[in-house]
Amino acid sequence: MRLRLVPQETNFDFFKYAKVTFGASCLAMVASIAIWLMVGLNFGIDFLGGTTIRTDATVEVDVADYRAALEDLDLGDVVISRVFDPNFDEDQYVVTVRIQAQEGVEAVTPETIEAIETALLANVDSEMTFPSVESVGPKVSGELIQTAIIAVLASLGAILVYIWLRFEWQFSVGAVAALIHDVILTIGVFSLFQIRFDLATIAALLTIVGYSINDTVVIFDRLRENLIKYKQRALRDVMNLSANETLSRTLMTSGTTALALIALLVLGGDVIRGFVFAILWGVIVGTYSSIYVAKNVVLMLGVKRDWSKPSDGGGASGTQFANIDA
Amino acid sequence: MLQIPLWNRLFIILVILAGLSFAFPNFFYERVERHNDAVAEMEREGLETEELLAEEALWPGALPATLVNLGLDLRGGAHLLAEVRVEDVYVARMDALWPEVRDALREVRDTVGTIRRIDADPGLLQVRISQPEGMSAALEAVRALGQPVVSLTGGIGESTLDVSGSGDVLTVRLSDAEAAATNDRTMQQSIEIVRRRVDEAGTREPTIQRQGADRILIQVPGIGSAQELKDLIGTTARLTFHPVVGRAATADEDVESRQIVLPSIDPDDAGTFYILEETPVVSGDDLVDSQPSFDQQSGLPVVTFRFNPSGARAFGEYTAANVGAPFAIVLDGEVISAPVIRQAITGGAGQISGNFTVESSTELAILLRAGALPAEMTFLEERTIGPELGADSIEAGQIAAMVAFAAVLLFMILAYGTFGVFASIALVLNVGLIFGVLSLIGATLTLPGIAGIVLTIGMAVDANVLVFERIREELKTAKGPARAIELGYERALSAIIDANITTFIIATILFVLGSGPVRGFSVTLGIGIVTSVFTAIYVTRLLIVFWFERRRPKKIEV
Repeated sequence: MRLRLVPQETNFDFFKYAKVTFGASCLAMVASIAIWLMVGLNFGIDFLGGTTIRTDATVEVDVADYRAALEDLDLGDVVISRVFDPNFDEDQYVVTVRIQAQEGVEAVTPETIEAIETALLANVDSEMTFPSVESVGPKVSGELIQTAIIAVLASLGAILVYIWLRFEWQFSVGAVAALIHDVILTIGVFSLFQIRFDLATIAALLTIVGYSINDTVVIFDRLRENLIKYKQRALRDVMNLSANETLSRTLMTSGTTALALIALLVLGGDVIRGFVFAILWGVIVGTYSSIYVAKNVVLMLGVKRDWSKPSDGGGASGTQFANIDA
Repeated sequence: MLQIPLWNRLFIILVILAGLSFAFPNFFYERVERHNDAVAEMEREGLETEELLAEEALWPGALPATLVNLGLDLRGGAHLLAEVRVEDVYVARMDALWPEVRDALREVRDTVGTIRRIDADPGLLQVRISQPEGMSAALEAVRALGQPVVSLTGGIGESTLDVSGSGDVLTVRLSDAEAAATNDRTMQQSIEIVRRRVDEAGTREPTIQRQGADRILIQVPGIGSAQELKDLIGTTARLTFHPVVGRAATADEDVESRQIVLPSIDPDDAGTFYILEETPVVSGDDLVDSQPSFDQQSGLPVVTFRFNPSGARAFGEYTAANVGAPFAIVLDGEVISAPVIRQAITGGAGQISGNFTVESSTELAILLRAGALPAEMTFLEERTIGPELGADSIEAGQIAAMVAFAAVLLFMILAYGTFGVFASIALVLNVGLIFGVLSLIGATLTLPGIAGIVLTIGMAVDANVLVFERIREELKTAKGPARAIELGYERALSAIIDANITTFIIATILFVLGSGPVRGFSVTLGIGIVTSVFTAIYVTRLLIVFWFERRRPKKIEV
């Protein structure tokens, strides 16, 4: 007896509700952007500049106590958040204190950090420890934002070109549309739940891009094969056939990846939870988008049908590498 | 049919064995680490103490002792990003240049008239001359002070100085080529000093590297806090020259006020202490250059040095007045040597002879040049991670990886039966290979790196899934299971390659643009892609072929 996520033969019509799914995707993207613009991302110090101090206390946390202890220091915007994790000991209470970049100071002042630590030790818990202190100056954080944006754009561009070389330009537009969809939805979720958005999240975003494209390419690859095989069938049918043929694989791979990530999400500790959450979310939307977004875009754009001959004119570059099986 | 040539099989097995043997020391992390430390120390110090030998014996020398480096977030430690204010050096250079400019202009006093230095922006030297019509002569005189730029990259033959005149004001600045060369030197010097300071503290494997044009990244595992690290770096290496009052046997010798007792580090002089005047004659601030060299008479290695004009004057006056008396060369509170002044040293240049070898003279010259930080540093980023947090992260990561592993294995075996077992074996080998490669190239494992490995555990089965699903499909049409397996591998290949190349592109971009932990993630992701394709295409296939050759099944179920 084998575990089957889908029946051996499937015949789903993935375009039956194309308007609904595609509309839902568009709506979700619009909603994500709206939330992003209205609520904003909860930027970490990597992008905002400032200092985060992680405190580890032995007494029950009352955020108000922390706030009161720090009030006199005149630090500007202070964000105090409680951290929960199943790995913690019973009497371990962890909080992160985030302080905005202090005005007019490029470098970080150790005096401020010391003042905060002293205030917390005196007013909250004398046995408190500070497992990590991180400060980023505004100059660096500005550059980090820039690098992050470049990284995301560069990876989208690189994929656009690669898919274009291996397939056709319609495919690369479809793939990149799916990627943008995934990235925007992830940003939306991060805005909605106010999950901290830092450098690691950018790495997660790029991983999502990598994962999602992986999924999309597998379907495209099958589509190319079937387009050669069934020259007369309608593009829509060939697409459905390809998606059905690869459906079992799509769900198996997403399933194992999601399993591994859930284990990490629950047990991997709070330090990388945001990072892991982003990737897990990306796996889910990435799987969805390769079935429902990438193909729809290719269908809308139409695609060359005869793959046996090299195409003429401008399309030539689209297939010159297509027969290379590295 | 299903065939893999013998040499191919051997090669696959060899790669796996090599990978696993490099990965294997990581199971005994602490022992191997102590062994490696002991070996490194014995090599560096050239001596073998019993203690070190005992540490070394913790791990057999014949076995590989490669380990994955643990990143700061896993080991705990401090991270600093410092910006060096390279412009500081321009200012110092211009100040040092002023006496020379003054002297040069005085020689052409008849045409340029009187001269006066006026206030200017930092890095500029501006001189007002009373006879503007003599500007061209002034320019010529000052330009003659420039020297060809010495640098590996800069334009050859370009002058170090950029001299221009407008009205009655003459402006001198460093030429672009010289500024670039100066920046390079400043950065090298700063890094050298930082490295020396950090090494002094004896911490393990610090990372000190230049980042961009004017930044230094400093990562020191195991240090208590970023503040501690800053204190360490902030101490300037001070070179001073003191008059010697006498010698002492102990450090607590009673001395008069404004006198100090300092130990000697000269091996010939071990155990002696010098009583010195507290006020130095000259200090390293006045040093402009120092080079390793050889004594012209004896041919022994020496270190030459050169003072700036004010240092040269002070030194000249002192040595002229004290011929025959010893003076002490002191570095950071320790007497390097205490030679006797043989003659007045008036040119501002001199040499330190001691018990030098070629290496030690080179080292001292570097230290002297690197004496004090050439320019101020500001800290743009600092992070402290406590060792407990790192240990917790490792533990959590390990547990999560185990659970993820078990879940994926179970899932694969349930879905593909015997073939799932093959994929599972390949997955275990895959993780082994990842660690093997990480250890071999000395990569650093960070917390996101662990996440990268867990992600790879999930994704690595993808290539296998692609093949197995394809075999299932081929079984419906192909003649016989052997053909189906062969076709399955053949036809799934292009999808596997395309899917993994795109992910690899992403890993590369992350590596190039990312820093710190993100880079650690990209490394494990990239290596994971390569090893997972290898295990899926070669290892699982080999396992299936072995199995197939033994059983010769008429029918297979995937």
